[in-house]
Amino acid sequence: MATTTSIAVAATPLVLQLLYRADDALILGHRLSEWTGHAPTLEEELALANIALDLIGQARALYGYAGTLTGHGEDQLAYLRDAAAWRNCLMVELPNGDFAFSIARLLLVSAFADPFWRGAMASSDGTIAAVAAKAEKETAYHLRHSAEWLIRLGDGTAESHRRARTALDDLWPYTGELFTSLPGEAGIAPDPNSLRDTWNATVSGILARATLERPTDGWMQSGGRDGRHTENLGHLLAEMQFLQRSYPDATW
Amino acid sequence: MVAAASLRERALAALETVCDPEIPVLSIADLGILRDVSVHDGVVEVTITPTYSGCPAMNLITLEIETALDRAGIEARIRTSLSPAWTTDWLTDAGRGKLAAFGIAPPEHTASRRVLFGEPHPVCPLCGSADTEQISEFGSTACKSLHRCRACREPFDAFKCH
Repeated sequence: MATTTSIAVAATPLVLQLLYRADDALILGHRLSEWTGHAPTLEEELALANIALDLIGQARALYGYAGTLTGHGEDQLAYLRDAAAWRNCLMVELPNGDFAFSIARLLLVSAFADPFWRGAMASSDGTIAAVAAKAEKETAYHLRHSAEWLIRLGDGTAESHRRARTALDDLWPYTGELFTSLPGEAGIAPDPNSLRDTWNATVSGILARATLERPTDGWMQSGGRDGRHTENLGHLLAEMQFLQRSYPDATW
Repeated sequence: MVAAASLRERALAALETVCDPEIPVLSIADLGILRDVSVHDGVVEVTITPTYSGCPAMNLITLEIETALDRAGIEARIRTSLSPAWTTDWLTDAGRGKLAAFGIAPPEHTASRRVLFGEPHPVCPLCGSADTEQISEFGSTACKSLHRCRACREPFDAFKCH
């Protein structure tokens, strides 16, 4: 009997923290799952689908926890929020582009998520620490996999190098948003802003091995953390939420 | 107390029959995802933990636990616990043996980041050669990677260290 178009979620610091991470994971997982049936090789298709599954699993655990705080279960949080209620960074909602774009994005996000989850294992919040203990191992694989591909693309043919460079140039203005700090998160999770040096070192090291020039930091896009999204999120949600919107309260 | 203890024994026996749907030679006890079985006021509480965050087998495993206990006439509650996080170190030695016999190379013993990031060269479960190469670090399920043996030329799955 869901007649409202979007549920309202109380934005306490802890709930926001959960939504930042869960929305990033779910939207990126959804984008990666779109490669199923289109990846360049069967092995890569399995890899991207597996990574998508890890991310969607992380999102489920975080939504499950947010559900106990907000009274909205994981399905409601995923399927009954309109674009303005989503807190993911803009980078993860951009369309997949070519393979180089998807791999470069996965690398840029994983290079942040890896130290973030490692730090969050020491969270004062037991549930976040437990989710982090699983996520950090999964994210380490995602980082390694995307790094190996980006090195291969950058240090490959002239065409793969050109595509990798274009992807990085297009993605770079969206990287600033990864480091958005949250109010009142001390002890719950690492301050994203404190992870800049680690991220820079990881990304620069990989780009050097890939013979790719690091784009210069300039004006950075923002808005996703406040619910101001690109038009792409609406299209994504239209597909992801279709069943629940058309058949309210449907369950498996 | 005697009744509770014997109820727990019966529940454990019933749970022996519950296997991982994707690796059917392993019971959930072999796999290390069965964390605890306890009895509260005549109701059995089973605690399980997922291997990977997104393991799609968890829903089916939960259903199979309910079915197995129901068949044994045991009322049960199933609880999923994320902490402490599952690692491949929890695979029992019996489980490792069953994996190898099934054609899946078992994981190395220490799920440290060193192993996680070292170049994994599992021993071929088919011919025993150590001369193997990795085809893909993501295999047919989230918990496996794909390899090839240079000696017998056969491809094989390996359980990832985690």
